[in-house]
Amino acid sequence: MSDTAGKTLTVAAVLCGVCSVLVAGAVVVLKPKQIINADLDFKKNVLMSAGLLKPGTDINEAFQQVEPVVINLETGAIAEGIDPKIFDQSKADKNPDYVESIPKNEDLAGIKRRAKLQKVYLVKKDGVLDQIVLHVYGKGLWSTMKGFLSLDKDAITVRGFNFYSHAETPGLGGEVDNPKWIAQWPGKKVYTEELTPAIDVIKGNVDPGMVNAENKIDGLSGATLTSVGVENTFRYWLSEDGYAKFLTNVRNGVIQ
Amino acid sequence: MKTKELLLDPVVKNNPIALQVLGICSALAVTSQLKQAVIMGVAVMIVTGVSSAMVAFIRNIIPNSIRIIVQMTIAASAVIVADQVLKAYFFDVSKQMSVYIGLIITNCIVMGRMEGFAMKNKPLASFLDGVGNGFGYAVLLLAVGIVRELFGSGKLFGVSIFSLTTEGGWYLSNGLLLLPPSAFFIIGVLIWVLRTYRPEQVEKE
Repeated sequence: MSDTAGKTLTVAAVLCGVCSVLVAGAVVVLKPKQIINADLDFKKNVLMSAGLLKPGTDINEAFQQVEPVVINLETGAIAEGIDPKIFDQSKADKNPDYVESIPKNEDLAGIKRRAKLQKVYLVKKDGVLDQIVLHVYGKGLWSTMKGFLSLDKDAITVRGFNFYSHAETPGLGGEVDNPKWIAQWPGKKVYTEELTPAIDVIKGNVDPGMVNAENKIDGLSGATLTSVGVENTFRYWLSEDGYAKFLTNVRNGVIQ
Repeated sequence: MKTKELLLDPVVKNNPIALQVLGICSALAVTSQLKQAVIMGVAVMIVTGVSSAMVAFIRNIIPNSIRIIVQMTIAASAVIVADQVLKAYFFDVSKQMSVYIGLIITNCIVMGRMEGFAMKNKPLASFLDGVGNGFGYAVLLLAVGIVRELFGSGKLFGVSIFSLTTEGGWYLSNGLLLLPPSAFFIIGVLIWVLRTYRPEQVEKE
């Protein structure tokens, strides 16, 4: 069969048409399922950090006790006129009206800029505030580690945390999502008595007799830089530039 | 050629990684955990099979001057569909692997089978040939994945087999095995073993 220009063009055009229908079809048909998956995955991560995800828990049902609110980091108060249900954090993180760059000497987490509006999650128990789940992220060795930190209503004691996204070295820094490592976090204090951020990921293991053992976390062996990244991420987000003002409001009972 | 030959020859006799040395890059990237290796293997099997069959189906009308780009378009479409299906039904896995799934397009095995086999053979035979080569690739990924995950983190499919010293056990894990270069060494050893038993695979000087 001879290859005329006309035939070549026809074959190319038909092929492109058929392939785009295939691809577009798959995307459109599977989209609703993907959105449900992403939503469930997100709720699962929030619940996991709050320690509310037990085997067999229905995620949507358990999430009913969680109330999302949007706060302004500068005032520490709930942002007026913003509906948390439609507020999209990933869009806010790109919105020039909200985003502020962080001066280099204050940028512990290595994230360069952050939105002043942040969605946080109030976990209620029988209608009373029990835990606060905060979104935190910062640089590890290779990647930006993103996770949720859950604090008790005293806004000092850790109830739980987990990283839902990171790309640290598997087996070394990647152990930041190892349940055994995470298990030592609940009960630790994120602030000193003077309310300065105090989380300290040390080299080696924490001995309960150490000074300030309640602020200290075992380092990940073979992953010094990831450990430092975790420490700095928490320190940044718990500083005045991060959630400190909001947490003060929680402690004073302004936010319930 | 018979069905059995099409399916099983690429496993030992003509393995795409060990003999043809194709698809090495992805073999480095996804073998630190077995679960990823399995999903990647299955995805490559399906993509290679389906796109080879599609190319074979229209092999007589593909103009020679644009045949490579036609093959690539077909492979790319199959990969995107596979990625979307993973996102819809295996969300956790796809979160970890989405980048690598997309990169199946650049896996030489897919293009190699379309150009080398599907352009000259019937759709069914091409499909089997694609699945067989994907299977040969998957078997090698599994072999590498078992070594890397077992000796690198003491686990298989995420289940602890050796208790690690960091968790109070006896096994000191080998961190090198978790880094991509270790896959090169393991593949090298596998090729050496394979060619010792089958000297006909050794290239002539």
